[in-house]
Amino acid sequence: MRRNWHIIEINSHLETHFEIGFDPVYQLTDLPRNTNATISEVVAHSAHDPIAVRLAELGFVQGEPVRVVAKGPVGGDPLLVQIGYTRFALRRSEAARVMVNAEAA
Amino acid sequence: MSAPAASLSSVVAAAPLSIALVGNPNCGKTALFNRLTGSRQKVANYAGVTVERKEGRFLAPSGRLVRVLDLPGAYSLNATSADEAITRDVCLGQHAVEARPDLLVCVADATNLRLHLRFVLELMRIGRPMVLALNMSDAAARRGILIDRDKLSRELGIPIVSTVAIQRDGVRDLIAQLDNAALPTPPAPRDSNLHADVRRLLADCVTMPRHTASVDDALDRVVLHPVWGLAILALLMFVMFQAVFTGARPFMDGIASGMQMFGAWLGSAMPAGPLRSLVQDGIVAGAGTVITFLPQILLLFLFILVLEESGYLPRAAFLLDRLMVGAGLTGRSFIPLLSSFACAIPGIMATRTIQDRRDRLATILVAPLMTCSARLPVYTLLIAAFIADRKVWGFLSLQGLVLFALYAAGIVSALVVSYTMKLWRHRRGHELEEHALLLELPSYRIPHVFDVAIGLWERSWIFLRRVGTVILSLTVVLWFLSSFPAAPAGFSGPAIDYSLAGRIGHAMQYVFAPIGFNWQICIALIPGLAAREVAVSSLATVYALSTSADQAATQLQPLIAAQWPLATALSLLAWYVFAPQCLSTLAVIRRETNSVKTMAIAAGYLFALAYLASLVTYQIAHALA
Repeated sequence: MRRNWHIIEINSHLETHFEIGFDPVYQLTDLPRNTNATISEVVAHSAHDPIAVRLAELGFVQGEPVRVVAKGPVGGDPLLVQIGYTRFALRRSEAARVMVNAEAA
Repeated sequence: MSAPAASLSSVVAAAPLSIALVGNPNCGKTALFNRLTGSRQKVANYAGVTVERKEGRFLAPSGRLVRVLDLPGAYSLNATSADEAITRDVCLGQHAVEARPDLLVCVADATNLRLHLRFVLELMRIGRPMVLALNMSDAAARRGILIDRDKLSRELGIPIVSTVAIQRDGVRDLIAQLDNAALPTPPAPRDSNLHADVRRLLADCVTMPRHTASVDDALDRVVLHPVWGLAILALLMFVMFQAVFTGARPFMDGIASGMQMFGAWLGSAMPAGPLRSLVQDGIVAGAGTVITFLPQILLLFLFILVLEESGYLPRAAFLLDRLMVGAGLTGRSFIPLLSSFACAIPGIMATRTIQDRRDRLATILVAPLMTCSARLPVYTLLIAAFIADRKVWGFLSLQGLVLFALYAAGIVSALVVSYTMKLWRHRRGHELEEHALLLELPSYRIPHVFDVAIGLWERSWIFLRRVGTVILSLTVVLWFLSSFPAAPAGFSGPAIDYSLAGRIGHAMQYVFAPIGFNWQICIALIPGLAAREVAVSSLATVYALSTSADQAATQLQPLIAAQWPLATALSLLAWYVFAPQCLSTLAVIRRETNSVKTMAIAAGYLFALAYLASLVTYQIAHALA
């Protein structure tokens, strides 16, 4: 339920930002491959969301540069994400917690 | 004044020091541990191979004894797996058994400091004596990464040494630092954001020309490609299994003919009697037959070790994750399941790196379905005896294809079983929580010949020790059961029919006749419970004792080829795809899940599948023959 609510919110973000010409805000899952982006927020799905906590520990924090390097062969799942000097495989549901600003091309 | 000072320092030097190596997964901690202690262990390259407690010791130049504990790799003290919980508890001094180490040696990969420094800072907050080892400093230098060590050390307030775990003198500085009697305690941490601290430290002390190694980028473009990646994975697996069967053949034939000559020589050198029968029919025919399979097992382990060391295995997990999730597993299951092809025991133990409890249980329950190396002797024997040695399409060996099919049968049934478990969990409403992957893909590394050689030596030693102990003693016990009580004079038929083993085998036939097993197979199944390959040595012993011609006794393969119908051979192959004929595996399942019930479920469903598969195979093959 909560997750759907976020997606709606992000979609509305997308529209507004595009209209006034800001860097678009994406869920990491929607970021095209090999596009440089910066993390704006990691959304926790509950008060003690262990996946959000672990993402932060792995370096997914606001302001970090991030890039999707590869996608899994079936359904584009999981994503291979470059963060700092490290590459992590994230399932789409995990990556959906990460909000990013794509760099203006 | 100088005398008491000297005696004081000698007292200090004599006091043993206990240290613990702690760091992120893939920081090269285990290689460093091997280099420090010279202990013979496996070094691998995928996240979290360090699942067992590993302790070693060495003498520092001052004569001080240093005890080294190799803690499981962890990303954080906020543990999300059993592995990380151990690391947390030992570091915090909360572990029930493990004493708190005097000093933490925090190991960080010099090429991956942004991730690893965060954990260093977290560990410093504990406020215990600590040294930072910047490992893989050679790789960092090659990539043009410049680290101002003195400045970083001043900023952190702890001593820093550079290490290269794969070089002989790569730990000299670390040992010198440990030999220093004073244990440096880090300064009280500033209460601040760890990520901000890491960013500041990196900006001040580290110059990094680019974020990734260009080799990794180039390789990953191909290896992780949706089409090429899967093709490479399939090709690798296929080459591996073809090579295991055909490449090992000449070596196996060599060992087999050596054993045969040895048996014949013993036969002529010893006087006839029970002792000669024990040595020739029991030991040489039984244990000798099993040794023949050493080249095959080594080749299989060689492949797995090289894949592990190179960093390829997590890539395979990445490629297969979506498919494995569909089947009720996780990409992380790939590493334990691939290890299970060598042996289910290390495979089941490697499931400790799967954080999700349900994924872990599913992986443990299907791991015994992966064709372990102990099944190879059985498969090889039956395939060589019953499948024609010819080529398909001009280049594929038919025997290799059948072996491949047996491996595939194991894999497919594992997927079916895990999928069934997933459906069952869904129906019970156990799927509300999300399963997590979060898998690190480390840099590629060229497998180190030294480390692979150590791994192979370990494997062959374990195998030969099994042949020397479990298999040899069971073979001897079986020889006694099969030889006594001796048949009375005038007993018609082979003497073994009169023996205890013969009677047990005939009794078991009531259950096993529908699946086509003769009484010799039934007997071999009992000692075969201890270890699968024992079934081969047991068959060899039983047949050696039931034939009249002594000379034919050492050759099991032509004997069964002549005596068994094809349906029986196929049925036995089907049985071995499923049957949990390995007490050690069941014991490990109980230990790892801490549940007798889980073990009973595993044993029950595997035996049921084995009987069913054999029944279907035998009845169909019998009807067609």
